[in-house]
Amino acid sequence: MSVVLFGVWPYIALAVCVVGHVWRWRSDQFGWTSRTSELMEKRWLALGSPLFHFGALFVILGHAVGLLVPASATAALGIPETVYHTLALVIGLIAGIVFFAGAVILGLRRYVTKARFRLITRPADAAMYAILLVVALAGLSATVGLNIVGDGYDYRETVSVWFRSIFTLQPDVDALAAAPWIFQVHAVGAFALIAIWPFTRLVHVWSIPLGYLVRPPIVYHAPRP
Amino acid sequence: MRVRAQMAMVMNLDKCIGCSTCSVTCKQTWTNRDGVEYAWFNNVETKPGIGYPQRWEDQGRWKGGWTVDGSGRLRLRAGGRLRKLATIFANPDLPSLDDYYEPATYDFDTLLTAPAADRMPVARPLSAITGRPMAIEWGPNWDDDLGGSALYAATDPNLAGLTDQVQRSFETTFMFHLPRLCEHCLNPACVAACPSGALYKRERDGIVLVNQDKCRGWRMCVSACPYKKVYINRVTAKAEKCTFCFPRIEAGLPTVCAETCVGRLRYLGLVLYDLDRVEAAAAAPEAELVDAQRQVFLDPSDPAVIAQAAADGIPPDWLAAAQASPVYALALRHRVALPLHPEYRTLPMVWYIPPLSPVLDATTALGGDNTSADDVFHAVTELRIPLGYLASLFTAGDTGLVAGVLMKLAAVRAHMRAVTTGAGAPDDPAAAGATGPELEALYRLLAVAKMRDRYVVPPAHKEEAAELAAWASGCPLDRAPLAVA
Ligand code: SF4
Ligand code: SF4
Repeated sequence: MSVVLFGVWPYIALAVCVVGHVWRWRSDQFGWTSRTSELMEKRWLALGSPLFHFGALFVILGHAVGLLVPASATAALGIPETVYHTLALVIGLIAGIVFFAGAVILGLRRYVTKARFRLITRPADAAMYAILLVVALAGLSATVGLNIVGDGYDYRETVSVWFRSIFTLQPDVDALAAAPWIFQVHAVGAFALIAIWPFTRLVHVWSIPLGYLVRPPIVYHAPRP
Repeated sequence: MRVRAQMAMVMNLDKCIGCSTCSVTCKQTWTNRDGVEYAWFNNVETKPGIGYPQRWEDQGRWKGGWTVDGSGRLRLRAGGRLRKLATIFANPDLPSLDDYYEPATYDFDTLLTAPAADRMPVARPLSAITGRPMAIEWGPNWDDDLGGSALYAATDPNLAGLTDQVQRSFETTFMFHLPRLCEHCLNPACVAACPSGALYKRERDGIVLVNQDKCRGWRMCVSACPYKKVYINRVTAKAEKCTFCFPRIEAGLPTVCAETCVGRLRYLGLVLYDLDRVEAAAAAPEAELVDAQRQVFLDPSDPAVIAQAAADGIPPDWLAAAQASPVYALALRHRVALPLHPEYRTLPMVWYIPPLSPVLDATTALGGDNTSADDVFHAVTELRIPLGYLASLFTAGDTGLVAGVLMKLAAVRAHMRAVTTGAGAPDDPAAAGATGPELEALYRLLAVAKMRDRYVVPPAHKEEAAELAAWASGCPLDRAPLAVA
């Protein structure tokens, strides 16, 4: 079971993600959008959306550091384990709570405030919200339950090792299997999110319009009569 | 000098009867689809009135268009590129559906299926969005013909600068209709605000379009357009706007709104302009705005312009169309058409001949003879009400410019009356800054021009058909994948 979930599933998810993106990019430029709903409701969005998005930015950044930078590397840089741990915990917790609060506000907005919304919610997006909620809840409760209420758990010895091992094509199934179940749920769920990504509105993440900062203000289409 | 061609429109407001035929035919053509039920690429407002979306002219609220900063540089009113990206998750300047209106239909089915009963069945209003029963509380022309004007028109942003007494009397003083569509601006704020670069201005004819395949739904164009003429499709979550009926224009046909206009008040034609002058004109000091915007245009009969136009690839038939353009004649030769809100600094390309009828009514009310140019001139200069109001719409507050146009229109009436009745010597046309033949030419254009004189639209050249087809994704109706290679 753990071989399938921790050893095979990540590869399936990544493959679906890559192939899915290529397919979507080539066949559905018209559907490639943030699917903004600000026209339908502004007040909840004004609070929820910035919390959610800025929270997400920091959550992603935090995960990148926590998963990709091995403990030996931070130690080599002279950062004591306790300092790293406290920093990661505090920043991660704040980002996680901001992100989660934003998600809750946006969820309430979509499913509680106005009937206008349900109509523009597509099935793939609804599935994505459910997975996102499970992953975020698991992640938050792992942090709170094990590291704040509990006696602490160093995921960098197991989860991170497993994560990096995926990319060296020698998945260390046992590393994740040794971690508490809540981390396993978080990790497996996260790959589900990666798999469903190209089929949802999440594709707009790849369209962050940084080019806007450098292009001339007025865009002309050149051919003349 | 870089010569470019622009398809532009002039509307003669005196003739608009507010029938909204233009809006309906436009809707049938372009926005008769799910997601844009609330969008009117062409709408007709009553002025004074708050318009659609509500109070769209209140740029303190919506932050549309451009401003000039301390050092004289042009900036988007809502802030620069960094602010755009910072507010991308929630745009505080975006109108919500309630600022437009919630579109409704009626439960007509009940009328057919209700069982026999003592009372007539009633078709209740249903939201066109949710399908549920709703109370209709607002619409795109709720205050039509000054309906409820004490409530609505009194809050018209254009009345803000006028005194209380003037404000109170506007209801009895005048009213006119203002048909509006995208201005296909020379300095389009919507284009400059689009983070994805999906909006673009066609260099061939100046039409501003949204590439549906590049739009990512960042909705900055909606708030940046000071005329509120870009709309979000609620289903596709992409921006859509007036296309100036480009497929018709390319075929040499007038836009749908122009062709179906009951009042025959719309004029379509090419104007040539100098791309190098656009930025300076947009940044001109407020008092010189209208003049600066006029100076962007080039005289299509000037040999230097003709030579440069040829060098810039404008074909001879297009040049001939520019020379025959009724838009050039009305806006630049006779100078009776004015831009709508030039102070937004987008250089709008739909210009308006301000309505003389409020002044004629006022002349009669003052005990004058509204066929006498003298009496009308007197009323024009005495009356602060229509002048101040019209100036706030068309000249960034310069009442002198509006008065000049109205006097010229009054002079056309007086002159033609004298000529046709043969009664008495014609008034001295020089008072209105025109010669007799000029007034007669203006009369022909305003009163009796045939379709071919009102719409001078040079068709696109066949040899560029492939190129034009490649732009097909600019059409909001085009949902075909892989439309653009
Ligand atoms: S009027 Fe049209 S071209 Fe001008 S800013 Fe608005 S949408 Fe853009
Ligand atoms: S169809 Fe013509 S007359 Fe009627 S509202 Fe439109 S512009 Fe005015």
